[in-house]
Amino acid sequence: MRTLVSPTQLRSGRGKAVYWTVFAVVMLLFLLAFVFPLYWAITGAMKAPAELVRTPPTMFPQQWHPEVWGESWERLNLLTYFGNTVFVALGAWLIQLAVDVPAAYALSKLRPVLGNKILALMLATLMVPASALLVPTYVTITDLPVLGVNLINSPAAIWFPAAANAFNIYLLKRFFDQIPGELLEAAVLDGAGQIRILWRIVLPISKPILAVVSILAIVAAWKDFIWPLLVFPDPGKQTLSVALQRMEIDMPLNILLAGLVLASIPMVLLFLFFQRHILAGLTAGSVKG
Amino acid sequence: MPSLKSSEAPAPTGRPQWPVEARPAVRATTRLRRRINDNLTAYGLLAAALVVFALFSWYPIVRGILLSFQEVNFVDPPKWVGFDNFERLFADPLFATAWLNTLEFTAVALLLGFAVPFVTAVLLNELRHAKAFFRVAVYLPVMLPPVVVAMLWKWIYNPGPGLANATLGAVGLPGGAWLDSSSTAMVSLVIVSTWANMGSTTLIYLAALQTIPGELYESAELDGAGLFKRLWHVTIPQTKFVLMVLLLLQIVATMQVFTEPYVMTGGGPEDSTVTVLLLLYRYAFTYNDFGSASAMSLLLLIALAIFSGAYLRLTRTRSED
Repeated sequence: MRTLVSPTQLRSGRGKAVYWTVFAVVMLLFLLAFVFPLYWAITGAMKAPAELVRTPPTMFPQQWHPEVWGESWERLNLLTYFGNTVFVALGAWLIQLAVDVPAAYALSKLRPVLGNKILALMLATLMVPASALLVPTYVTITDLPVLGVNLINSPAAIWFPAAANAFNIYLLKRFFDQIPGELLEAAVLDGAGQIRILWRIVLPISKPILAVVSILAIVAAWKDFIWPLLVFPDPGKQTLSVALQRMEIDMPLNILLAGLVLASIPMVLLFLFFQRHILAGLTAGSVKG
Repeated sequence: MPSLKSSEAPAPTGRPQWPVEARPAVRATTRLRRRINDNLTAYGLLAAALVVFALFSWYPIVRGILLSFQEVNFVDPPKWVGFDNFERLFADPLFATAWLNTLEFTAVALLLGFAVPFVTAVLLNELRHAKAFFRVAVYLPVMLPPVVVAMLWKWIYNPGPGLANATLGAVGLPGGAWLDSSSTAMVSLVIVSTWANMGSTTLIYLAALQTIPGELYESAELDGAGLFKRLWHVTIPQTKFVLMVLLLLQIVATMQVFTEPYVMTGGGPEDSTVTVLLLLYRYAFTYNDFGSASAMSLLLLIALAIFSGAYLRLTRTRSED
């Protein structure tokens, strides 16, 4: 593909020299900026606490302490916090799909009375920055209207607000809008009910958008900090991010660093496995090429 | 010829197919029945979303506005206090500090977070080797939980055994005090936030750069345009839309900065990193003054509504094209 630099210039001797110089510089900067910190965190965790406070720091651990991983797992009680985070993230994911997919389908294909008004009201919430709703939503979940339930310390405090996601509705509806009406008409003539059509015809062809919405939901739940910080005052219920930050002051640095590395592994694996979906989802919402 | 249309669809099995046009009366009633049915199904499918939006989005928006003018302690019924909450905020010297700090964060974050990813994307678009590596590497920090990033960088910034000063020292530069000095703390936070988030902006720019038709560069070249002229007259105009969208998104996101100052500095040193959201958090959860915290949320909402409104307009008009 033709880009900014012309191919003829690139093929010349001087062009090649410039290209490889730029390449080497960019590579070096990338290694330094994005790969080296990871190396630093992993090796830092395996240094002895006394070595960690040395100035200037050592490039390689003088003594390797691989036992730090197990020790960190035990002392930081990571099993509990991993469990909590997985429970919160999976629940947020499933409830977002269960709530938003049918809603987007109804708005896209069934076009009920007032459907456009409802959609407009949902999309209008995109104008409201999430942090401006922190306090009123917090006040709301401590005493839900009508139900009178207090959701503090319950994962439901994460799950249901996460489902009130207008961006999901927008992405899903836009995808459903492109499914040809004739396809669904045929199924109606066949006598299939709408639920069946959604389950049997629409969902199977919507896998790409479901993957995007799923990944966005899980990553957001895993990364979130401020909302779980507010709704989980009980240490036993906290997610990894909230718990690690709370334990920061009473833990030795090497134990803490190991905890930070361990807490990142699931997201790094998710990225390596679903790289294509994640990078595709990146441009799905805001920017169309 | 509408009757032809149904024959295009696969023929329903085991049921006779008659031209619908032939029986107008039946058609009208079945159509009405179907319309009612579709509406019932639609509202059935929408029910959960309506409840969730009502409870966790629409109601809190209204509640937030009401709370701004109330005094609440969760024991007595809320009391109307007019503009008292706002007056209390304006009387707090930290309030102005928080807004100025936040604006400083946003301004520096735009300088760095706008220019660095764009230049990176333009460079990556020219490189023909190790493409996959570059993409994965730049995006990896985006996947890390922000708390992990903040705690890692707090250690990297440690003026003694930290990596930041060690790296500067290795190339012969003097080290800095980073988070320990009120003059550099905010910029240090911006560097962290740029490091953590530039992956997504870079890759969005890269995707936009790849849609630029090569002929544009060729014809510019034939007109005698050099490298920088081509960058200025082809690359930037062709990616203007994406640049605008991300500019607005970044303003909205950076004005809400919380995790970095909360985890890394707690607002210090000397209140130099107290941001709007950090102060809002203090009002609500340290001073238990939910009225003033809501008033602050409302002010933030108004400040950001301009940018998010412009963003929605921009993307909406574009997707209707």
